[in-house]
Amino acid sequence: MPSTSSPPAPLLPGWYTLGEPPQLIGSHCAGCGSHYFPRLATGCRNPDCSDSRLEDVPLSHNGRLWSFTTASYQPPAPYVAAEPFVPFALAAVELERERMIVLGQVVAGVDLDTLRIGMAMELVIEPVPAENEPAGRLLWKWRPAGAAP
Amino acid sequence: MSREVVILGAGMHPWGKWGRNFVEYGVAAARAALADAGVAWRDIRFVSGGATMRCGYPGYVAGATFAQALGWQGAEVNSSYAACATGSQALAAARAKILGGEVELALVVGADTTPKGFLAPARGERPDDPDWVRFRIGVTNPTYFGLYAQRRMHLYGDTVEDFALVKAKNSEHGVHNVLARYRKRFTPEEVAASAIVAAPLRLMDICATSDGGAALVLASRDYARRLGRGDAPRLAAISVVTPTFPSALLEMPDLATDGAMAATPASFRAALPQKAYEEAGLGPEDIDLAEVYDLSTALELDWIEDLQLCPRGEAAALLRSGATRLGGRIPVNPSGGLACFGEAVPAQALAQVCELVWQLRGQAGARQVEGARAGITCNQGLFGHGSAVIVTR
Repeated sequence: MPSTSSPPAPLLPGWYTLGEPPQLIGSHCAGCGSHYFPRLATGCRNPDCSDSRLEDVPLSHNGRLWSFTTASYQPPAPYVAAEPFVPFALAAVELERERMIVLGQVVAGVDLDTLRIGMAMELVIEPVPAENEPAGRLLWKWRPAGAAP
Repeated sequence: MSREVVILGAGMHPWGKWGRNFVEYGVAAARAALADAGVAWRDIRFVSGGATMRCGYPGYVAGATFAQALGWQGAEVNSSYAACATGSQALAAARAKILGGEVELALVVGADTTPKGFLAPARGERPDDPDWVRFRIGVTNPTYFGLYAQRRMHLYGDTVEDFALVKAKNSEHGVHNVLARYRKRFTPEEVAASAIVAAPLRLMDICATSDGGAALVLASRDYARRLGRGDAPRLAAISVVTPTFPSALLEMPDLATDGAMAATPASFRAALPQKAYEEAGLGPEDIDLAEVYDLSTALELDWIEDLQLCPRGEAAALLRSGATRLGGRIPVNPSGGLACFGEAVPAQALAQVCELVWQLRGQAGARQVEGARAGITCNQGLFGHGSAVIVTR
């Protein structure tokens, strides 16, 4: 990132922390224990739970790869592509504690042939292209746990 | 049910990329269905339209749009939108009117004109809309199809060759269907040679978006008898159930499943036909053909298991055995499916039912499933929508 420009802002403010390690911010129901991502403003969605006390909680930073795929063609707007478009991978990662699967891009440079369902993954924050913002915007992504940054 | 609802007429406008106003397709389909039913437009007392979100205000009020185009004659109208299950909800509304004894004759119409390429969300900066957010981060519909397909390969040992075989099989069916957009035989090798879109799926594993229109004329059994059509195929079940909490799969357009700490996830896709089977008093062993929503080739295999046409994980083996092709034990997508049609959202669920009607009447020509007595459709779309319809004779 050029030091002369201001640091990138989050693409989705309030959806994740930028700390070390970064974490997604979800909702947790004190009544039934269910987790949600993104956060819910409308209360617990468990039909058998009448509890409306949802608290914001950071979700697990690590999980296991549930499945993966690629975006080999440029997605339509509002996706903002680099010029030229660079294909990327997407990962669905299962968070053990929350028993939840969360989708996200895979960081650039990961060879698809090295991805295996069940492997350990971790959350990172990286810039993605944004309209009229050369530094981009920060978004969560997944990468194999322990991979070099 | 004390009253029975039958399907008197079915009609479609051919699928394609015609680029004309959706109303033209809907009206052509409606006129074809009315002619097939042998009833006059003036006798229709309820018009149930499948709405489209891509054609402006006339699309939102599709029931009225079609009624006006056919000539206002004072019928009541309804417009339904339920993503890929739109046609089935429109069908359910018409059936309810007849079952309730309010009308004897109803027309159901769905039609769409689609843009080129990926389906995209409504415009604007709308981070509160999950459909907008997922596209902003690059998650298209094929993303989900790719995730599911990869999952099948991991869980059941399916291969990309199996997926290609689904396309080849459906293309064998579609060449016999004048209403299909793609009427060309494809070999598994040709599928394998097409570009990757959402690994492991290739361009030819994923259905296109199409223009098209489909319509059905429904009547009470008594009315059909008075017309001398008491033997018309029976609309035996419509299921439009919602999912149950918590979600078992990442579903379009979600970025995450519900956390499953409080309850065990159950398959939404499997729940859709289950309710239809119960309503019709039939089981999977009674089904002679199935029209399933093959948004991707791999998804056709998921549906076959969701319909309980074989045990979970064995759909690829069933495919390889030839059971799901015409002439097999349980032909799947004898119409050619979405592989040969491409998806015209509000018309597609109705087009599936049109195929059942022609099959059960023995009018499917080279696509005919011999002796078909019961058929089922199924589909699923965004935001917890899906449907299954059973037609019997």
